[in-house]
Amino acid sequence: MAEVTQLIHQYLRHNKKFPLVFCPGCGHGIVLGSLVRSVHALGLSKDEVVVVAGIGCSGRIAAYVDFNTVHATHGRALTIATGIKMANPGLTVIAVMGDGDAFSIGGNHLIHAARRNIGVTALVLNNFIYGMTGGQCSSTTPEGAYSHTSPMGQLEAAFDIVELTRAAGASGVARGTVFHVKALDGLIAAALSQPGFNLVEALTPCFTQYGRGNGFKSAVDMFKWLKDKAVPLEAYEKLEDKAGRIPIGVFVKRDAPGLETRYAAMRQRLLEKRGGAA
Amino acid sequence: MSASSKGQNRVVVYPDWCKGCGICVAFCPKHVLAPGPDGKAVVVDEDACVNCGFCEPHCPDFAIVVAPRNGNGVNGRPNGKSPATDATHGKEDCP
Repeated sequence: MAEVTQLIHQYLRHNKKFPLVFCPGCGHGIVLGSLVRSVHALGLSKDEVVVVAGIGCSGRIAAYVDFNTVHATHGRALTIATGIKMANPGLTVIAVMGDGDAFSIGGNHLIHAARRNIGVTALVLNNFIYGMTGGQCSSTTPEGAYSHTSPMGQLEAAFDIVELTRAAGASGVARGTVFHVKALDGLIAAALSQPGFNLVEALTPCFTQYGRGNGFKSAVDMFKWLKDKAVPLEAYEKLEDKAGRIPIGVFVKRDAPGLETRYAAMRQRLLEKRGGAA
Repeated sequence: MSASSKGQNRVVVYPDWCKGCGICVAFCPKHVLAPGPDGKAVVVDEDACVNCGFCEPHCPDFAIVVAPRNGNGVNGRPNGKSPATDATHGKEDCP
Protein backbone atom coordinates (compact mmCIF):
# COMPACT_ATOMS: atom_id res chain seq x y z
CA MET A 1 0.00 0.00 0.00
CA ALA A 2 2.99 2.23 0.08
CA GLU A 3 1.93 3.64 -3.23
CA VAL A 4 -1.03 5.35 -1.56
CA THR A 5 1.04 7.83 0.39
CA GLN A 6 3.74 8.13 -2.25
CA LEU A 7 1.11 9.01 -4.81
CA ILE A 8 -0.31 11.79 -2.66
CA HIS A 9 3.16 13.27 -2.21
CA GLN A 10 3.46 13.60 -5.98
CA TYR A 11 0.47 15.92 -5.94
CA LEU A 12 1.24 18.01 -2.86
CA ARG A 13 2.86 21.42 -2.81
CA HIS A 14 5.75 20.73 -0.53
CA ASN A 15 6.59 24.39 -0.05
CA LYS A 16 3.41 24.73 2.02
CA LYS A 17 3.41 24.30 5.75
CA PHE A 18 2.92 20.72 6.87
CA PRO A 19 1.33 18.91 8.62
CA LEU A 20 -2.03 19.95 7.22
CA VAL A 21 -3.79 22.83 8.95
CA PHE A 22 -6.78 20.63 9.88
CA CYS A 23 -7.49 19.58 13.47
CA PRO A 24 -6.50 16.08 14.59
CA GLY A 25 -9.12 13.62 13.40
CA CYS A 26 -10.59 15.95 10.79
CA GLY A 27 -11.69 14.05 7.72
CA HIS A 28 -10.75 16.76 5.26
CA GLY A 29 -7.28 15.29 4.78
CA ILE A 30 -8.85 11.98 3.83
CA VAL A 31 -11.00 13.69 1.21
CA LEU A 32 -7.90 15.44 -0.10
CA GLY A 33 -6.21 12.07 -0.51
CA SER A 34 -9.32 10.66 -2.14
CA LEU A 35 -9.44 13.55 -4.61
CA VAL A 36 -5.80 13.02 -5.55
CA ARG A 37 -6.30 9.29 -6.07
CA SER A 38 -9.37 9.89 -8.21
CA VAL A 39 -7.57 12.39 -10.45
CA HIS A 40 -4.63 10.02 -10.75
CA ALA A 41 -6.88 7.07 -11.57
CA LEU A 42 -8.37 9.01 -14.47
CA GLY A 43 -4.90 9.75 -15.83
CA LEU A 44 -5.38 13.51 -15.86
CA SER A 45 -2.29 15.68 -15.84
CA LYS A 46 -1.92 18.37 -13.19
CA ASP A 47 -2.35 21.12 -15.79
CA GLU A 48 -5.71 19.76 -16.90
CA VAL A 49 -7.27 20.03 -13.48
CA VAL A 50 -8.55 23.17 -11.78
CA VAL A 51 -9.50 23.11 -8.12
CA VAL A 52 -11.63 26.04 -6.99
CA ALA A 53 -12.23 26.26 -3.27
CA GLY A 54 -14.30 28.60 -1.18
CA ILE A 55 -13.79 29.84 2.34
CA GLY A 56 -13.72 27.49 5.27
CA CYS A 57 -11.65 24.55 6.40
CA SER A 58 -12.30 22.87 3.06
CA GLY A 59 -10.90 25.93 1.30
CA ARG A 60 -7.45 25.00 2.52
CA ILE A 61 -7.47 21.95 0.28
CA ALA A 62 -6.81 24.12 -2.75
CA ALA A 63 -3.62 25.41 -1.17
CA TYR A 64 -2.12 21.96 -0.75
CA VAL A 65 -2.70 20.35 -4.14
CA ASP A 66 -0.44 21.06 -7.06
CA PHE A 67 -3.16 21.60 -9.66
CA ASN A 68 -4.32 24.92 -11.04
CA THR A 69 -6.00 26.32 -7.97
CA VAL A 70 -8.22 29.27 -7.13
CA HIS A 71 -9.20 30.28 -3.64
CA ALA A 72 -12.53 32.01 -4.09
CA THR A 73 -14.65 34.18 -1.84
CA HIS A 74 -17.17 32.61 0.50
CA GLY A 75 -19.81 30.66 -1.37
CA ARG A 76 -18.57 31.74 -4.78
CA ALA A 77 -16.44 28.75 -5.67
CA LEU A 78 -19.08 27.50 -8.10
CA THR A 79 -19.47 30.82 -9.89
CA ILE A 80 -15.76 31.03 -10.54
CA ALA A 81 -15.69 27.37 -11.52
CA THR A 82 -18.54 28.04 -13.95
CA GLY A 83 -16.57 30.84 -15.57
CA ILE A 84 -13.46 28.71 -15.90
CA LYS A 85 -15.39 25.83 -17.45
CA MET A 86 -17.17 28.10 -19.95
CA ALA A 87 -13.91 29.80 -20.95
CA ASN A 88 -11.94 26.59 -21.30
CA PRO A 89 -14.20 23.52 -21.53
CA GLY A 90 -11.19 21.23 -21.88
CA LEU A 91 -10.32 21.60 -18.23
CA THR A 92 -11.58 19.35 -15.47
CA VAL A 93 -12.99 21.80 -12.95
CA ILE A 94 -13.56 20.75 -9.35
CA ALA A 95 -15.24 23.06 -6.85
CA VAL A 96 -14.31 22.05 -3.31
CA MET A 97 -16.74 23.50 -0.81
CA GLY A 98 -17.87 23.01 2.72
CA ASP A 99 -21.51 22.61 3.64
CA GLY A 100 -21.83 26.24 4.71
CA ASP A 101 -20.02 27.39 1.61
CA ALA A 102 -22.11 25.31 -0.77
CA PHE A 103 -25.55 25.37 0.82
CA SER A 104 -25.84 28.45 2.99
CA ILE A 105 -23.85 31.26 1.51
CA GLY A 106 -23.50 29.74 -1.92
CA GLY A 107 -26.82 27.91 -1.93
CA ASN A 108 -28.21 30.02 -4.73
CA HIS A 109 -25.18 29.40 -6.90
CA LEU A 110 -25.39 25.70 -6.28
CA ILE A 111 -28.99 25.22 -7.32
CA HIS A 112 -28.42 27.28 -10.45
CA ALA A 113 -25.22 25.47 -11.34
CA ALA A 114 -27.19 22.24 -11.04
CA ARG A 115 -30.07 23.66 -13.08
CA ARG A 116 -27.72 24.81 -15.84
CA ASN A 117 -25.91 21.49 -15.65
CA ILE A 118 -22.55 23.16 -16.07
CA GLY A 119 -19.77 20.59 -16.38
CA VAL A 120 -18.24 21.14 -12.97
CA THR A 121 -17.74 18.60 -10.20
CA ALA A 122 -18.80 19.94 -6.83
CA LEU A 123 -17.13 18.21 -3.92
CA VAL A 124 -19.04 19.18 -0.79
CA LEU A 125 -17.32 18.35 2.49
CA ASN A 126 -20.24 18.13 4.87
CA ASN A 127 -19.20 18.38 8.52
CA PHE A 128 -22.61 19.65 9.72
CA ILE A 129 -21.22 22.91 11.07
CA TYR A 130 -19.29 26.09 10.35
CA GLY A 131 -15.99 24.77 11.62
CA MET A 132 -13.49 27.48 10.82
CA THR A 133 -15.54 30.40 12.08
CA GLY A 134 -16.12 28.89 15.50
CA GLY A 135 -18.90 26.31 15.41
CA GLN A 136 -22.05 28.13 14.34
CA CYS A 137 -24.95 26.03 13.11
CA SER A 138 -25.17 25.67 9.35
CA SER A 139 -27.97 24.66 7.04
CA THR A 140 -26.94 21.04 7.36
CA THR A 141 -26.71 20.91 11.15
CA PRO A 142 -29.13 18.13 12.13
CA GLU A 143 -32.26 19.10 14.03
CA GLY A 144 -31.66 19.07 17.75
CA ALA A 145 -27.87 19.16 17.47
CA TYR A 146 -25.78 21.44 19.64
CA SER A 147 -23.74 24.22 18.12
CA HIS A 148 -22.47 27.49 19.53
CA THR A 149 -25.39 29.35 18.00
CA SER A 150 -27.94 26.68 18.88
CA PRO A 151 -26.95 25.88 22.48
CA MET A 152 -30.38 24.41 23.29
CA GLY A 153 -30.44 22.33 20.12
CA GLN A 154 -30.94 23.30 16.51
CA LEU A 155 -34.58 24.19 15.88
CA GLU A 156 -34.41 24.28 12.11
CA ALA A 157 -34.53 21.24 9.88
CA ALA A 158 -31.41 20.38 7.92
CA PHE A 159 -31.00 20.40 4.18
CA ASP A 160 -30.70 17.02 2.52
CA ILE A 161 -27.91 17.86 0.10
CA VAL A 162 -28.62 14.91 -2.15
CA GLU A 163 -32.36 15.56 -2.50
CA LEU A 164 -31.85 19.26 -3.09
CA THR A 165 -29.29 18.76 -5.82
CA ARG A 166 -31.35 16.01 -7.40
CA ALA A 167 -34.37 18.32 -7.53
CA ALA A 168 -32.28 21.10 -9.02
CA GLY A 169 -31.43 18.90 -11.99
CA ALA A 170 -27.82 17.78 -11.60
CA SER A 171 -26.39 15.10 -13.87
CA GLY A 172 -24.93 13.13 -11.02
CA VAL A 173 -25.39 13.13 -7.26
CA ALA A 174 -23.53 10.86 -4.87
CA ARG A 175 -22.78 10.65 -1.20
CA GLY A 176 -19.83 9.04 0.51
CA THR A 177 -18.10 9.18 3.86
CA VAL A 178 -14.48 9.45 4.84
CA PHE A 179 -14.75 6.14 6.63
CA HIS A 180 -15.74 4.39 3.40
CA VAL A 181 -12.82 5.97 1.61
CA LYS A 182 -12.38 3.46 -1.19
CA ALA A 183 -16.00 3.92 -2.16
CA LEU A 184 -15.45 7.67 -1.99
CA ASP A 185 -12.52 7.36 -4.43
CA GLY A 186 -14.83 5.64 -6.87
CA LEU A 187 -17.61 8.19 -6.42
CA ILE A 188 -15.29 11.13 -7.08
CA ALA A 189 -13.70 9.44 -10.09
CA ALA A 190 -17.14 8.65 -11.53
CA ALA A 191 -18.27 12.23 -10.97
CA LEU A 192 -15.16 13.61 -12.67
CA SER A 193 -15.64 11.47 -15.75
CA GLN A 194 -19.34 12.16 -16.23
CA PRO A 195 -20.47 15.20 -18.26
CA GLY A 196 -22.69 17.82 -16.67
CA PHE A 197 -22.92 18.99 -13.10
CA ASN A 198 -21.91 16.33 -10.63
CA LEU A 199 -22.05 16.66 -6.88
CA VAL A 200 -20.33 14.39 -4.39
CA GLU A 201 -21.19 14.92 -0.77
CA ALA A 202 -18.45 13.63 1.50
CA LEU A 203 -19.44 13.27 5.14
CA THR A 204 -16.43 14.24 7.16
CA PRO A 205 -16.44 14.53 10.94
CA CYS A 206 -15.56 17.78 12.70
CA PHE A 207 -14.76 16.72 16.23
CA THR A 208 -13.47 20.08 17.41
CA GLN A 209 -16.61 22.06 16.67
CA TYR A 210 -19.38 19.52 16.18
CA GLY A 211 -18.41 16.28 17.88
CA ARG A 212 -17.50 17.65 21.29
CA GLY A 213 -20.86 19.32 21.75
CA ASN A 214 -22.86 16.36 20.51
CA GLY A 215 -21.84 13.48 22.72
CA PHE A 216 -18.84 12.17 20.82
CA LYS A 217 -15.88 11.35 23.04
CA SER A 218 -13.22 11.53 20.38
CA ALA A 219 -12.67 11.89 16.67
CA VAL A 220 -12.46 8.12 16.51
CA ASP A 221 -15.97 7.99 17.98
CA MET A 222 -17.21 10.01 15.03
CA PHE A 223 -15.59 7.62 12.59
CA LYS A 224 -17.29 4.73 14.41
CA TRP A 225 -20.56 6.61 14.09
CA LEU A 226 -20.04 6.95 10.34
CA LYS A 227 -19.18 3.26 10.14
CA ASP A 228 -22.37 2.30 12.00
CA LYS A 229 -24.82 4.72 10.45
CA ALA A 230 -23.84 4.85 6.80
CA VAL A 231 -25.34 2.09 4.67
CA PRO A 232 -25.16 1.53 0.92
CA LEU A 233 -28.21 2.83 -0.89
CA GLU A 234 -29.42 -0.63 -1.97
CA ALA A 235 -29.30 -1.92 1.61
CA TYR A 236 -30.85 1.29 2.92
CA GLU A 237 -33.94 0.86 0.78
CA LYS A 238 -34.55 -2.57 2.29
CA LEU A 239 -34.14 -1.36 5.87
CA GLU A 240 -37.26 -1.34 8.01
CA ASP A 241 -35.94 1.15 10.55
CA LYS A 242 -34.30 3.94 8.64
CA ALA A 243 -34.11 6.37 11.53
CA GLY A 244 -30.64 7.79 11.93
CA ARG A 245 -29.20 5.81 9.04
CA ILE A 246 -27.45 7.58 6.20
CA PRO A 247 -27.67 6.15 2.68
CA ILE A 248 -24.43 6.36 0.69
CA GLY A 249 -23.73 5.66 -2.95
CA VAL A 250 -24.83 7.04 -6.29
CA PHE A 251 -28.28 8.66 -6.16
CA VAL A 252 -28.54 10.28 -9.58
CA LYS A 253 -26.72 9.32 -12.74
CA ARG A 254 -28.14 10.61 -15.95
CA ASP A 255 -26.58 11.27 -19.27
CA ALA A 256 -27.04 14.93 -20.10
CA PRO A 257 -24.67 17.28 -21.91
CA GLY A 258 -23.13 20.06 -19.88
CA LEU A 259 -23.86 23.72 -20.48
CA GLU A 260 -20.47 24.24 -22.12
CA THR A 261 -21.24 21.50 -24.67
CA ARG A 262 -24.65 22.94 -25.45
CA TYR A 263 -23.14 26.39 -25.76
CA ALA A 264 -20.50 25.18 -28.20
CA ALA A 265 -23.17 23.40 -30.24
CA MET A 266 -25.32 26.52 -30.37
CA ARG A 267 -22.35 28.64 -31.35
CA GLN A 268 -21.50 26.21 -34.14
CA ARG A 269 -25.08 26.20 -35.36
CA LEU A 270 -25.29 29.99 -35.44
CA LEU A 271 -21.95 30.32 -37.20
CA GLU A 272 -23.07 27.87 -39.85
CA LYS A 273 -26.33 29.72 -40.24
CA ARG A 274 -24.55 33.03 -40.69
CA GLY A 275 -22.05 31.47 -43.07
CA GLY A 276 -24.87 30.02 -45.14
CA ALA A 277 -26.73 33.31 -45.32
CA ALA A 278 -23.72 35.35 -46.30
CA MET B 1 -7.08 -10.14 2.32
CA SER B 2 -4.68 -12.99 1.90
CA ALA B 3 -2.90 -14.13 5.01
CA SER B 4 0.35 -14.54 3.20
CA SER B 5 1.59 -10.99 3.65
CA LYS B 6 1.72 -11.23 7.43
CA GLY B 7 5.21 -10.56 8.71
CA GLN B 8 6.30 -9.17 5.36
CA ASN B 9 5.37 -5.56 5.79
CA ARG B 10 7.16 -2.55 7.07
CA VAL B 11 4.98 0.06 8.77
CA VAL B 12 6.37 3.56 9.20
CA VAL B 13 4.65 6.45 10.99
CA TYR B 14 6.15 9.88 10.40
CA PRO B 15 5.93 11.65 13.77
CA ASP B 16 6.31 15.12 12.26
CA TRP B 17 3.09 14.76 10.32
CA CYS B 18 1.12 12.59 12.76
CA LYS B 19 -1.31 14.55 14.94
CA GLY B 20 -2.29 11.68 17.19
CA CYS B 21 -5.94 11.54 16.13
CA GLY B 22 -6.00 7.80 16.88
CA ILE B 23 -7.92 6.64 13.82
CA CYS B 24 -5.25 4.16 12.74
CA VAL B 25 -4.83 2.88 16.31
CA ALA B 26 -8.57 2.38 16.79
CA PHE B 27 -9.31 0.62 13.52
CA CYS B 28 -6.16 -1.44 12.90
CA PRO B 29 -7.54 -5.00 12.81
CA LYS B 30 -4.23 -6.50 14.02
CA HIS B 31 -3.31 -3.87 16.64
CA VAL B 32 -0.07 -3.06 14.91
CA LEU B 33 -0.22 0.54 16.10
CA ALA B 34 -0.61 1.99 19.58
CA PRO B 35 -0.59 5.51 20.98
CA GLY B 36 2.87 6.63 22.05
CA PRO B 37 3.72 8.81 25.05
CA ASP B 38 2.76 11.98 23.16
CA GLY B 39 -0.42 10.45 21.76
CA LYS B 40 1.04 9.93 18.31
CA ALA B 41 0.84 6.50 16.76
CA VAL B 42 3.81 4.19 17.13
CA VAL B 43 4.36 0.80 15.60
CA VAL B 44 4.30 -1.90 18.29
CA ASP B 45 3.75 -5.13 16.40
CA GLU B 46 4.94 -4.78 12.85
CA ASP B 47 5.00 -8.53 12.26
CA ALA B 48 1.24 -8.68 12.75
CA CYS B 49 0.54 -6.30 9.86
CA VAL B 50 -1.40 -7.97 7.06
CA ASN B 51 -1.36 -4.92 4.77
CA CYS B 52 -5.13 -4.71 4.90
CA GLY B 53 -4.99 -1.24 3.41
CA PHE B 54 -6.98 0.58 6.05
CA CYS B 55 -4.55 2.93 7.74
CA GLU B 56 -2.85 4.49 4.75
CA PRO B 57 -5.86 6.02 2.98
CA HIS B 58 -7.57 6.76 6.31
CA CYS B 59 -4.70 8.75 7.76
CA PRO B 60 -5.85 12.37 7.36
CA ASP B 61 -2.26 13.59 7.50
CA PHE B 62 -0.57 11.13 5.13
CA ALA B 63 1.72 10.09 7.98
CA ILE B 64 1.65 6.30 7.53
CA VAL B 65 3.41 4.23 4.92
CA VAL B 66 2.99 0.48 4.73
CA ALA B 67 5.35 -1.23 2.32
CA PRO B 68 6.39 -4.80 1.71
CA ARG B 69 9.77 -5.55 3.24
CA ASN B 70 11.09 -7.17 0.09
CA GLY B 71 10.93 -3.75 -1.54
CA ASN B 72 8.90 -4.85 -4.51
CA GLY B 73 6.42 -2.07 -3.94
CA VAL B 74 3.05 -2.66 -5.47
CA ASN B 75 4.01 -6.06 -6.84
CA GLY B 76 5.04 -7.20 -3.41
CA ARG B 77 1.44 -7.31 -2.23
CA PRO B 78 0.10 -10.61 -0.98
CA ASN B 79 0.15 -13.31 -3.59
CA GLY B 80 -0.50 -16.28 -1.32
CA LYS B 81 2.60 -18.14 -2.50
CA SER B 82 5.36 -16.90 -0.25
CA PRO B 83 7.30 -19.84 1.24
CA ALA B 84 8.65 -17.66 4.04
CA THR B 85 5.25 -17.07 5.55
CA ASP B 86 3.64 -20.36 4.67
CA ALA B 87 6.07 -22.01 7.04
CA THR B 88 5.09 -19.84 9.97
CA HIS B 89 1.43 -19.47 9.25
CA GLY B 90 -0.76 -22.49 9.29
CA LYS B 91 -2.94 -21.86 12.31
CA GLU B 92 -3.24 -18.10 12.19
CA ASP B 93 -6.31 -16.56 10.68
CA CYS B 94 -6.24 -13.21 8.99
CA PRO B 95 -9.18 -11.35 7.52
